[in-house]
Amino acid sequence: MRITIIGAGVAGLTCAIAFSERGFDVTVVARSERIGADSCSWYAGGMLAPWCEGESAEEPVVRLGQQALDWWESHVDCVEREGTLVLSHTRDASELMRFSRRSSAYETVDAGRIEALEPDLAGRFRQGLFFPGEGHLDPRKALEQLAETLRRRGVRLQLGTDMDKAAIQSDFTVDCRGRAAKDALTDLRGVKGEMIIIRSNEVNLSRPVRLLHPRIPLYVVPRGDGVYMVGATMIESDAGRRISVRSVLELLGAAFALDPAFGEAEILETGVDARPAFPDNLPRIRRRGQTLYVNGLYRHGFLLAPALARMAIEAVIDPTKTPELMDENYPERQSA
Amino acid sequence: MLEFYSTPISSRLLLGTAQYPSPAILADAVRASGTAIVTVSLRRESGRDRAGQDFWALIKALGLRVLPNTAGCHSVREAVTTAHMAREVFGTPWIKLEVIGEQDTLQPDMFGLVEAARILSNDGFEVFPYMTEDLVVAERLVEAGCKVLMPWGAPIGSGRGLNNAYGLKTLRAHFPDIPLVIDAGIGLPSHAAEAMELGYDAVLLNTGVAKAGDPVMMAQAFAKAVEAGRLAYEADPIEARDMAAPSTPLMGKAFV
Repeated sequence: MRITIIGAGVAGLTCAIAFSERGFDVTVVARSERIGADSCSWYAGGMLAPWCEGESAEEPVVRLGQQALDWWESHVDCVEREGTLVLSHTRDASELMRFSRRSSAYETVDAGRIEALEPDLAGRFRQGLFFPGEGHLDPRKALEQLAETLRRRGVRLQLGTDMDKAAIQSDFTVDCRGRAAKDALTDLRGVKGEMIIIRSNEVNLSRPVRLLHPRIPLYVVPRGDGVYMVGATMIESDAGRRISVRSVLELLGAAFALDPAFGEAEILETGVDARPAFPDNLPRIRRRGQTLYVNGLYRHGFLLAPALARMAIEAVIDPTKTPELMDENYPERQSA
Repeated sequence: MLEFYSTPISSRLLLGTAQYPSPAILADAVRASGTAIVTVSLRRESGRDRAGQDFWALIKALGLRVLPNTAGCHSVREAVTTAHMAREVFGTPWIKLEVIGEQDTLQPDMFGLVEAARILSNDGFEVFPYMTEDLVVAERLVEAGCKVLMPWGAPIGSGRGLNNAYGLKTLRAHFPDIPLVIDAGIGLPSHAAEAMELGYDAVLLNTGVAKAGDPVMMAQAFAKAVEAGRLAYEADPIEARDMAAPSTPLMGKAFV
């Protein structure tokens, strides 16, 4: 069966790999000229942290996200299984309490254990949570490696192509355009995120560290060679190509509070994009005729893309099946 | 019936719309609370090109009265600009006026607040000022044209309840006819009930519901507490006393 996948973000590329592995004849069409351009996955943190996400996300995210680590490890070589460290300053200890009540699969760590895990943070934090089963990856390397694998598998990657002009013959279309699919999915909205990439030759962290704060929660994800991704804001807006002064102050201020040695780091890049989300912030698969929409991955692109790809295949193979996150008429049902 | 600027108000619980796990949970919590008024922050959600429209559309779809706020504004000018934008976006003269004076406590800047309230009232806005429980500032705000006052219980998001019950009682006694709404610091339904028992007309909260493990259930809990507190106030509670007063009369009891 011939499948056309629209979109070359994490959802599109993951679906392309999964469909190709199941023996489908896959073509990927994307408007962007290169992998990552116009795709919010390019700015992702790349944390594979289903249990931490349980703090604010609903149950399906925690459960389905647990499949992600194995999937990514077997498809790209930039995955680290070092766990996640969650910390708070003493004055925000109640945030740590709250986080621990809402999440699972962690161990409580004291100053000594924190030092053993991340020597550079020694003496700065008295208590935290360690999630040993979690991991992280470099999103940009991961996307590029998926594209490379697709090419090796003989999948056609038509970048810089408008779907209308592509004139591709296929039996089924899987639409993974993210926010661009708002023309068809009217209840889709953008949730703005801002991130900063810095390089420090003083700070050595081997795993993502989350610093809890009532107003400015922060995460720092190591990318190797002293490079760190600092993120990320969550703003109900689909605006903007540039980061705001306030967000830079907040993000870098929080990074500085995590480790003052970040004060000497250099800023390599700032990034802004908006994550596609449905009203309940859960992803969806929707079928409209011979098109399947896979969208609304919100802040869980790398975490949930493998599970959604699996469901998309189910839905295409057997049209009578309704996979878990399939939802035909959400807006209509809401207004009924 | 309770009225804010001549608008009858059917629920004494007002809810903020920030920090919920998702807009869908926000909508469920709002419905469960029975609230008739929700507050919306424009500043952070908007950006320069007013791109928060999707979120605002979700808020409008709740079908409730919207009280836009100027959260995050640190100066009179910022607050006034934000208020004008809010009037345009939501088509309401109502504005919950916040002028933040201190970063750590998010305490209101009373001088800026009075000035902004005067500017906005003169411009036809109906101002709901977020203030401390200071009596003199309250007088100034009323002079500036405010017909509703919103003293804090405790700093925003702190969930500490009513920090200064004495001051709040005094304020209530001083302004028997102006609607008073406790805004900020309410963490538990018992805090809300206490505010209502003091005779406050309504309470406004956000974090206590939005950050609860089950926001929808917590919204219900707050609805019940606000109703209980109001009923208690109207029922004229007894005064506390130092000594026990037997609730069973001794007269008529058999001597043993």
